[in-house]
Amino acid sequence: MYEFNYRHANSVPDAIAAMQAADDGKFLAGGQTMLPTMKHRLAGPSDLIDLKGIAELKGINVTDQSVTIGAMTTHAEVAASTQVQNAIPALARLAGNIGDPAVRNCGTLGGSIANNDPAADYPSAVLALGATVKTSQREIPADEFFTGMFETALAEDEIIVSVSFPVAESAAYMKFENPASRYAIVGVFVAKTAGTVRVAVTGATTCAHRALRIEEALAGELDAEKVDAVTIPVEKMNSDIHASADYRAHLVIVMAKRAIAAASS
Amino acid sequence: MKNVELTVNGSPVSGEVESRTLLVHFLREHLRLTGTHIGCDTSQCGACVVHVNGKSVKSCTMLAVQADGAEVTTIEGLAHGEELHPMQQAFMDNHGLQCGFCTPGMIMSALDIVKRNGNELDEATVRKELEGNICRCTGYHNIVKSVQAGARAMGGES
Repeated sequence: MYEFNYRHANSVPDAIAAMQAADDGKFLAGGQTMLPTMKHRLAGPSDLIDLKGIAELKGINVTDQSVTIGAMTTHAEVAASTQVQNAIPALARLAGNIGDPAVRNCGTLGGSIANNDPAADYPSAVLALGATVKTSQREIPADEFFTGMFETALAEDEIIVSVSFPVAESAAYMKFENPASRYAIVGVFVAKTAGTVRVAVTGATTCAHRALRIEEALAGELDAEKVDAVTIPVEKMNSDIHASADYRAHLVIVMAKRAIAAASS
Repeated sequence: MKNVELTVNGSPVSGEVESRTLLVHFLREHLRLTGTHIGCDTSQCGACVVHVNGKSVKSCTMLAVQADGAEVTTIEGLAHGEELHPMQQAFMDNHGLQCGFCTPGMIMSALDIVKRNGNELDEATVRKELEGNICRCTGYHNIVKSVQAGARAMGGES
């Protein structure tokens, strides 16, 4: 790892000022991706601005309509929250199956979606539930947030404050995971809200996305059989040592059907 | 260089570290607490698991400066003199190790499992919860037995 300046921010304005003063700064959330990336020298920021000490970025607030989770809330905290378990059980289960227990004690919601790893779990939930990402500058709808591989709509000095997930009538997440890393080879999140069914896929392509063909086939109903007729374009699928493009395209259908079945039961 | 002050195994410690110094390097090289191991260095194997403010973390994936002010417990902080912690004793009694390299991390993770799941652990729970700890010797069978026995012993039963 290259040496860098470590800065501990006490507030959001403090963190933004530190970022603006840095040559090539990065915000540090839970560090579970940032630090391995720096160890491999795939990143070498001049400054790391630690957001851990900012109280307003933490916590969970649940109402009848929504679950709002602070950006620096850890996966373990989301998974263990009885409020989240009751309001959107699929979201709590998703958080409880990221990485392993020690990783979940550090990794955060904000860190996950800001990094936007193609195989991360949370982006699929943000998209399928139609969440809103609240930042230090604005509110970004899920459909505008994830813009490409490791790319988001965030500006360099923009910090995620919280993510607000609408409470769904029913939802489920199914992940075909890499047995070593627990990242999704393919993961599908299905959510039904007021007559609409949204389906989001992670792990399959360069960026989590809504599976519009599956959504159209379902037409607002959680009926797994309707997915059988859907064709997934193979040419857009990732292909690597873990799974070929053909296999991933197949897995999208399989995991979508499993998620639909789980959401409708 | 940054000065860090933390509590390790109940004792206050401090040291000058680079920003990039990992917690595991601070523990092993500055404090000479070499019970915490470095296996994969890629946050997968769990040999470096310690507790920071009561929660298990992979100390190869945390900076020493991130732990500034924290309470850290390592494998060296478990025994009382010659008397092993019940979880350590359970690993010994159940042959829960062969080469022993993964054992410190297994035991620190095991204590975290007991804290969150209680003293009566079924095999499936232990296996799922140990996903972040890799052993290349034993096939996990005796490790799982050890964790279950250690958990019961911590609850006051032998």
